[in-house]
Amino acid sequence: MDFSLSEEQTLLRNALSRYLADRYSYEAWRKLTATPEGRDPVHWRQFAEMGLLAAPLPEAVGGLGGGAVETMVVMEEFGRALVVEPFVPTVVIGGGLLTAAGGALAEEMLPKIAGGEAVMAFAFAEPQSRYNLADLTTVAKKQGSGFVLNGRKSVVLGAPWADHLIVTARTGGAQREEKGVSVFLLEKSAKGLSSRDYAAMDSSRASEIIFEGTPARLIGEEGAAHPALEAAVDRAIAAHLAEAIGTISVLMNATVDYAKTRKQFGQPIGKFQVLQHRMVDMYIAQQQAQSASLMANLQLDDPGRARNVSAAKAAMSKYARAVAESAVQIHGGIGMTDELNVGHYFKRLMLLETLYGSPDHHLRRMANLDAEPQ
Amino acid sequence: MDLSFSPEEEVFRQEVLDFIAEAKRELPPDLGPPEEARLSKDDYLAWHRLLYKKGWVAPGWPKELGGCAWSVTQKYIFATETAKAGMPTTLPFGLGMVGPVIFTFGNDAQKKKFLPRILSGDDWWCQGYSEPGAGSDLVSLRLRAVRDGDHYVVNGQKTWTTLAQYADWIFCLVRTDPDAKPQEGISFLLIDMKSPGITVKPIIILDGAREVNEVFFDDVRVPAENLVGEENKGWTYAKFLLAHERSALAGASRSRAALTELKVIARAEQLNGEPLIRDPDFSRKLAALEADLMALEFTELRILGKEAKGEKVDAESSILKVAGSEILQRVSDLAVEAVGYYALPDAAPLGGNDEIGPDHARGIAGRYFNLRKVSIYGGSNEIQRNIIAKAVLGL
Repeated sequence: MDFSLSEEQTLLRNALSRYLADRYSYEAWRKLTATPEGRDPVHWRQFAEMGLLAAPLPEAVGGLGGGAVETMVVMEEFGRALVVEPFVPTVVIGGGLLTAAGGALAEEMLPKIAGGEAVMAFAFAEPQSRYNLADLTTVAKKQGSGFVLNGRKSVVLGAPWADHLIVTARTGGAQREEKGVSVFLLEKSAKGLSSRDYAAMDSSRASEIIFEGTPARLIGEEGAAHPALEAAVDRAIAAHLAEAIGTISVLMNATVDYAKTRKQFGQPIGKFQVLQHRMVDMYIAQQQAQSASLMANLQLDDPGRARNVSAAKAAMSKYARAVAESAVQIHGGIGMTDELNVGHYFKRLMLLETLYGSPDHHLRRMANLDAEPQ
Repeated sequence: MDLSFSPEEEVFRQEVLDFIAEAKRELPPDLGPPEEARLSKDDYLAWHRLLYKKGWVAPGWPKELGGCAWSVTQKYIFATETAKAGMPTTLPFGLGMVGPVIFTFGNDAQKKKFLPRILSGDDWWCQGYSEPGAGSDLVSLRLRAVRDGDHYVVNGQKTWTTLAQYADWIFCLVRTDPDAKPQEGISFLLIDMKSPGITVKPIIILDGAREVNEVFFDDVRVPAENLVGEENKGWTYAKFLLAHERSALAGASRSRAALTELKVIARAEQLNGEPLIRDPDFSRKLAALEADLMALEFTELRILGKEAKGEKVDAESSILKVAGSEILQRVSDLAVEAVGYYALPDAAPLGGNDEIGPDHARGIAGRYFNLRKVSIYGGSNEIQRNIIAKAVLGL
């Protein structure tokens, strides 16, 4: 049993942590999220040079052959700095689905991902779908050697920044049937694609997207993509769990520091037992969150993956919310302001709570797995 | 024990309902409580002015001062029916706070000068209590007022001043005797916001709204006639007002209005092709929340009953503040859950998402973030628990 990082993993973490401390401070984040684009692509190029984008991808396609631990290391640092760069949709979802599918498209795209030449967004949710990946009304029809898409996708995070979209669509089956689900890759500039861009809660960017006869290329098997899709989304959830650990640690430290310096009634507020206990509860939640993240991330290749990930996701939401709400409460009025970092870390955690499924959704998924015949 | 209303009270209820129906025709749409943070000054005043015209703007004020002098039950009927109908609320700073302080502790000239303009809405008041160093520990406030002939000269800062950008006047707790014990050196001063030396700086909060401000005072000269009551007795008046404030902060009617709206959302939202309200997980949480709210409504009624009998109500307002704020926050939390992914375009500091997602999803996440304030302001819930521990449990 060993929870420590390898030498290479430690080097990766230290390099990234140094880079973000120098180049991605909270003040820098505020500035770049307030620009019309909402990000600075220079960071993506730097991440490619540091090998981050190649880290979890197979060596055969230009990757570094790492795995979940490398992704975890990267995401935790991203969480600490509120990095908006679309690592998860590009490397974890795009890279994951293409690696699993293999073939010519994978050979074409994976080196581009590893080299920082492709930026992706993942268009899966629809207005009626909530968190059910199979609840699809977007349809794909064969046309010549490829497919064309018709339909609508909601809240596609990072879409305004992407040059490629990964899109789920139905090639057969009924609206919520797992059979008939397919996954496609298309260029953002493809014809018949229109989008409405906006800023999301966490100051990142998102789009509503409509497809009208938009050409797309199939990833993997037609009509049988649901298992691969679930696996890729589980990996994305696991990556965001690691991110949340970084985000939570900033809130935790900021709150304890504030409680040590803010004085009321002639003493630091951290001397009041009621606040001490609340911060101890935050700390216990932080530790439990760390464990939940490791539990899911270190067992992604196990047969129990889906159940582990759902358990960790549901538990994480509870811990993250407890930490974030307490952080604001203990900061008092100042915690309510747009200026202080606390609110923005809170908002990122709230977005992550909804992304890929609410706690109820994941508890139901666990319960449904338990109810399956042994 | 009797829960029924008298025939006279039922007549009054009908009168309120008729008034609401008429007001709805005259008011701009969407003025209800959920959107309050986004309202303009005129929006706020539209409801105030209608009530003033009807003579109903100050339910608790004495009749001779232009109030309704309603019974506790009448106030309850009015508050409940207006909340049920999704009507806005009047702002408390003039009507609920400084008004009662002036008519309880002020002199005749002050009553004559200020009260009619509070009633008519001609003067907008804001509250100068909190300071950067004086939040929960309000009594440590430092805004300094030094007597200079017929004036006080005021220097320092207030913060978290709600809607100060609209205000004509601010009522301030100021330190007039820095050498006395903290409680004994505070005075209650009324300051014209147009006075030279006052600067108002916005504070943007988590939902992107400009709801609060910092107010800076740089050698602001305030006529000594604007002192309420006696110099250095301001803490007595402040406490009178705080007890008043607490019970108004997180009233059950506010949660009831939000819950009614949440049920509409839960019917419109879908889960696997069914209305969300049919989902056992969601609907059980909704029911559990409403069960707490129903108890809160009766806790409020019990306290009103005490008031109606002329008994002193003090620490009870802390119970209402704690229980009421927690319920209000839970309603906003469940609403975020109800709208699913369409919570995410909301509360973006950059704004501009007015057309994204269904109408009912707009402002939902913003409200959740905004309402983190209700367990902080008006004396944080930790402070309220201290009050109950000391005043009720004798600990």
